[in-house]
Parts: sequence; structure tokens; C-alpha cells
Amino acid sequence: MMTMNEFRSLFHNGLIKQNTGLVQLLGLCPLLAISNNIVNALSLGLATTLVMAASSGAVSGVRNFVPHEIRIPVFVLIIAALVTVIDLAMNAFVHPLYLVLGIFIPLITTNCIVLARADAFAAKNHPLHSVVDAIAMGLGLTLVLLILGAIRELAGQGTLFSGIDLVFGKAAKSFVLHVLPNYHGFLLAILPPGAFIALGLLIAANNWYKVRTVQRARTTVPVAA
Amino acid sequence: MTPQIQVALKNALRTGVILFVFALIGTAMLAFTHDRTEPVITRGQLAEKRALLSQVLPAALYDNDLLASQQSVAPDDLLGTRQASALWLARRGGVFSGVVMEAVAPDGYSGDIALLIGIDANGNVTGVRVTAHRETPGLGDYVDRAKSAWIDQFSGKSLTNPDSGHWKVAKDGGAFDARAGATITPRAVIKAVKSALDYFAQHRAAFAAPIRGQAPAWKETDA
Repeated sequence: MMTMNEFRSLFHNGLIKQNTGLVQLLGLCPLLAISNNIVNALSLGLATTLVMAASSGAVSGVRNFVPHEIRIPVFVLIIAALVTVIDLAMNAFVHPLYLVLGIFIPLITTNCIVLARADAFAAKNHPLHSVVDAIAMGLGLTLVLLILGAIRELAGQGTLFSGIDLVFGKAAKSFVLHVLPNYHGFLLAILPPGAFIALGLLIAANNWYKVRTVQRARTTVPVAA
Repeated sequence: MTPQIQVALKNALRTGVILFVFALIGTAMLAFTHDRTEPVITRGQLAEKRALLSQVLPAALYDNDLLASQQSVAPDDLLGTRQASALWLARRGGVFSGVVMEAVAPDGYSGDIALLIGIDANGNVTGVRVTAHRETPGLGDYVDRAKSAWIDQFSGKSLTNPDSGHWKVAKDGGAFDARAGATITPRAVIKAVKSALDYFAQHRAAFAAPIRGQAPAWKETDA
């Protein structure tokens, strides 16, 4: 079983310390491609989290049967099979949602964070820990995607939650926030370069915050002593 | 054989068998899911296609199975196609009542704009939809029905309404609105719809002819 402390440290690791988007810089291809608005970003983030939880659980479950030399091919096989199963099942049984997320699901296979977590964590840990770690990592990625999506959507077209009606049906059209009325748009933010610039700024802000925390700790210690 | 080689061989065989077992399990999983989902997915795709076709050609115009009437046509400059494309022939009571054609506007701002164009038997446009494009988001993408109703202004238009000199954006002295600052995309779409109407005028006789190898519905054949 799992103690509260372990649980908390796994989440701290996934969301902040080892954040895939800002610290590990893994899985940037889908991150940059899909973060042009909040709805896309959130959808991809949650879909990735689902795939990571499933694949980490499966990898961890079979970890004792897989010889070290062929672990990578076996993990790739498991992940690819799971993604395909989820893709087919969503297409068949939740078709409206699939129309929105459909393009992202195969993209998840290109996300190296899934394999990275399988190999670095799930292959060495109990299934329960592995699933929690995968969910924490996935939510960390979702968080960065969400911030990126919000920045790019706001700067690019002056709205938030545009396209939400694709997920929740036509009635949700009124949820779209026109934060900046009569905004003429800033195309760069929506195009791919906008993704690189916004991510760069986010990483810089994160690093600045970390450095500042360390420096504060250093300057306060001698005074206290 | 030295003992080392024997050990190495045994190891290779063991890992090979394990890999094989995993491949087998993975394949079985996929085969099972595919088997279970395929009929549902096919049904969904057909329904989707049918819904798309009914967006450009009102369902009241035909009583045949539009999807089953699909024909392949050779690439044509008027359709803007470089590969064979599809068209669907609508009939009501066995009489030709309209057509849905795939067409391409090759001169969009960022390449091809794929279109689906519905035309009734009298040569009036019944609807146009952009099915694929790479136009700039927030600028030229308003030709997409999901972004704006711009594309609806083609409904009811024909080669004589407006006359051929006015199949242009208003800025060029034509009859079609376009947003300021993004006229390349609408120009391309207007030109493509006009060409598709020209194509229709050239081929109308062939469309209206009874389907090859199938007796017209109003004439029963004695077997």
C-alpha cells in the first residue's frame, strides 16, 4: 500500500519538481502543436494522462516477466497497443468526443514522456505507485498545456474557451469568454512560433523562480546562524 | 559447442520467446478490439458522410441512396483536381435531381482548399462546404462553416446569377462579400465554385443519363 507522504511526493514530483513540460522538456511535439487554445490543450492533456496511467499500470504489472535487454521493445509494444485500443474504442463508443480528440490520440504515441515514465518509473515500481506517478506526470503536462493554451488564445484571439461547444455541444457556445472585445488578433501567438516563444517564457519564469528561492535560502541561512 | 555459446543461445531463445508472447498478446488485444469496434465505426463514418452530403444538398431533393451513387471522375482542371475525385448523383423518382461534387481550390493562401459542392438539376448551387484547408487561423479560415456563415452566400447562385463577370469578391467589383485583409482565400473559393458550375454545365447530360448497367426506376424490366 501507499502512505500519504509517498502519494504527496509523487504528485509534487509530477506537477512541479520533474514537470515534463517545464523541467524534463519531454514530449514537446504535441505540446507545441496543440496548445493554441485552452480547449485543445486541456483535451490533449487529459487524453495523454489517461494513456500514461493505463500504460504505466500495464508496464508495471508485467515488469517481472520482461528481461532487461528487451524491455524497450516490449514497452513500446504495450503502449502502441493500448493507444490503438483506446483510439478504436473512443471512435466507436464516444464518437462526438472522438471528433474533437481524434487527431490527438495517435499523437500521444509520439509523446516520449509516456515511454520515459514506463522505463524510468513503472519498470521499477509497484503498479499502484506507477499509476499515481503517471497521473501526476500527466496532470503536470496538462497544467503546462493549459497555461500555454490560455496565454496563446488570449494573446492570439482575445478569447478563452473558444471551441468548447465542440466538446459539450452547441449549448456551451455561451461559455466562450470574449476577454478582449473588438480585439483584432495577434496571429503570431496562434502560429507555431508563438508556441516556442510562450514556452520559452514559461521555462524562463520557472527557472527564475527556482533560482530566487535558492538565493533567498542562502542569504537567510547565515543571518539565522 | 562451448558452454558460453550454449548459454548465449539459450538466453537469445528465451528473450525471443518472451518477445513473441508479448507480440501475440498485443496482437490478440488489437484483433479483439478491432473486431468489436469495426461495425460501429463503419456505421458512424457512413452516417457522418451522409450528414455532410445533406449539408450541401437538401435531403428533400432526392430519394435514392446518395452514398451508393458515388462515382469516380478523372482529374479535371475545372474541378481543380490532380487525382480522381468523387461525385454523388441524386435522383428523385428515378429522375436526375442534383449532384454533389468534390472540388479543389488550388490557389488558397496556403495551398489547396478542399470543397464539397452541391448543385441541383437546374444548375443552382444548393450548398458549399470547405472540408480541408490550411488557411491562416483567424484570418482566411472564415470560409470554413464552423467559423462563419460566409460560405452560405453561394446557395441559390448559378452561372447566370450573378453573371460570369460578377463571380468575384465585392472588392474586385463582384457580387460576393469578403472580409477586409483576407481576400485571397475567398477569391480562390469563389473561382473554384464558378469552375465547378462550368464543369456541371459541360457534364449535365451525362449526369442526367440513366445509370449504366441499371434500368431506370420507371421502366420495369421483365426477367
